[in-house]
Amino acid sequence: MVDRLLGRTRDGAAEAPIDAKSAVWNRVQLARNLRRPRTLELLGEMADEIVELHGDRAFGDDAAMVTGFARIDGRRIAFVGQQKGADTDENIRRNFGMPHPEGYRKAIRVMELAERLGLPIVTFVDVPGAHPGPESEERGIAEAIARSIALMTRLRTPIIAIITGEGGSGGAIAIAVGDVVVALENAVYGVISPEGCASILWRTSDEAATAALAMKMTADDQLTLGVVDLVVPEPGEGAHADPAETARRLRAVVLTQLERLERVPPDELVEARYRRYRSLGAYTEVTAPAIAPPPSRGLGDRLRDLLDPTRWSVGNPTPGPSRRDEPPALEEV
Amino acid sequence: MPIKLPSFRPRKDAYPPDLWTKCPSCSEMLFNKQLDKADRVCPTCGHHFRLSAGARLDGLLDHGSFRELDAGLQSVDPLGFVDQKPYPDRVAAAQVATGLRDAAVRGIGTIEGRRVSICVMDFGFMGGSMGAVVGEKVTRAAEQALAERIPLIVVSASGGARMQEGTLALMQLAKTCGALERLRAARVPYLSIMSDPTTGGVFASYAVLGDVNLAEPNALIGFAGARVTAGTISQELPPGFQRAEFLFEHGFVDRVVHRRELRHEVARLLRYLVPAPVPGNGGPTESRPAFDPIGFLSSLADRVVQDLGPSEPEPGRTHEPASSRRPESASVREPASAREPASAREPASAREPVRPAARQASDG
Repeated sequence: MVDRLLGRTRDGAAEAPIDAKSAVWNRVQLARNLRRPRTLELLGEMADEIVELHGDRAFGDDAAMVTGFARIDGRRIAFVGQQKGADTDENIRRNFGMPHPEGYRKAIRVMELAERLGLPIVTFVDVPGAHPGPESEERGIAEAIARSIALMTRLRTPIIAIITGEGGSGGAIAIAVGDVVVALENAVYGVISPEGCASILWRTSDEAATAALAMKMTADDQLTLGVVDLVVPEPGEGAHADPAETARRLRAVVLTQLERLERVPPDELVEARYRRYRSLGAYTEVTAPAIAPPPSRGLGDRLRDLLDPTRWSVGNPTPGPSRRDEPPALEEV
Repeated sequence: MPIKLPSFRPRKDAYPPDLWTKCPSCSEMLFNKQLDKADRVCPTCGHHFRLSAGARLDGLLDHGSFRELDAGLQSVDPLGFVDQKPYPDRVAAAQVATGLRDAAVRGIGTIEGRRVSICVMDFGFMGGSMGAVVGEKVTRAAEQALAERIPLIVVSASGGARMQEGTLALMQLAKTCGALERLRAARVPYLSIMSDPTTGGVFASYAVLGDVNLAEPNALIGFAGARVTAGTISQELPPGFQRAEFLFEHGFVDRVVHRRELRHEVARLLRYLVPAPVPGNGGPTESRPAFDPIGFLSSLADRVVQDLGPSEPEPGRTHEPASSRRPESASVREPASAREPASAREPASAREPVRPAARQASDG
């Protein structure tokens, strides 16, 4: 099916320009491609050596998150990344790349260690979202994500974050706070999955492609927004077509950035990282007087209501102004 | 105009919704005026209704002590987002409905005399969703707490990040967590209060990171909504899940506090949540004022009677020359209004030079 999608992309590019919606949706499909190289595959090509570290020292080891040390071109680094499986069995073992809290706590542990040892950190982001189940909530998935984000904003060591596939919301940003954020060409990054967005705003997940387009999820759009600093082109049809070449291109980028960031004193590095995220987000400051609150309904209004003929139509009562703090149904939240 | 009797209408419509509210928990019909008087808590079953930002501030802070800051921050539409309605239209509609510019209000106020930097959210504004404005206000509140070395309080009520601002909304998680991390390093305490609901990106950033986390009874607090869970892993969440008591049980909330007790509880905690001096970083020494006997004595008095006199602001202020001291309310207002033009222009960088040095020095 993916090949069919790819075929369509190629035909589209060659013949008529396909519409924006399916172009974006193709990207989403490419980012989710089962054969797309993951953290360990990419790092295997990029690094001379990998030493994986396991366990969060509190609960267990999460196979959806891989961490450890690696040597790239003689440089020692620490790495953190999500790992999806290449087939069903591995996907079940790795929980489809959706980490539990212990995965993020393992990442926190390894990143703190990296800071202590003065090793730069490279993170690989490819996650549909953090695992949303009951056991995740019980063990504090939100707390683990928030701690990880907070830690990354203050680590006194260079951080390069690479969005390699799906950048799924909080589960992604938890390990994607960096001095430089790189994305592969066909990676997508979003505040919610397109299906989730569509089911909330369009009330049907069939509109996922429309939502993906509206949220400007593609790497190029993210570059324009300033969320991503660098986009690395993928070879051929996409990263899955030539993982080795993809890794080679990433390796060059990582080495250049490491070279640059390692020359920056830690204080400046942390300050620049804080400023980077401090400046993200669009707002204006208006000086116009505050918006007048809706006038409270006085006696006159109620009398007018009484005389309002529409209010008296049989069998069809007009709903009054609903109170905004009225609790909605549970599913609405 | 023919006037008919209303007897044809179903019985439940005899309660105009602007006068009566039905309690979703015990189905009791509650007279709104009485409900408002009871802090919007059902007198029959104790169900906590959601509070608007204004009502929340009234309930927490000393009467008349709140001064709003950054009221003019307003969302723009960075993505050109259109679902069934363009995003700017949704914002405009929410503004008319709530009288707010965005889903958070921030400023300075006092709680039993203690000056705090506070930011409260309003679920009525687009589900309290966090876009750039909410993130910016929380961040500025944290930065002000840091500059003045006063405690930070954030009251959350939000469904999560605002989808219409895409990844820029997601980046607010990093922005707010970064500011809180600086607060932490400077040993300035942060109190997080979670009300119904606190979910998604708000819970997974500043709401959960409080030095002390409080929650209102039965508030929905969680990372992924029930629909996301059902849609992603086809699993139903058990009842009572993601409620304040559940989080308390699992160790993510320090105390579940009834709204009636909340102000008192916060005031009690603020006696302990006092910024500690940072060793070797007591502010620029050159700006330390010359020895001022009157100021020194009164500051000493302040420190001694700190816990007895609820009307005293934070002790550092008394290092200002005695001649410039004014009646309480005026002196609380004065330095902040001098800071306002700077803070209204550009966020952090512009505000830093105006950091009140005297106050810093006295803390060191």
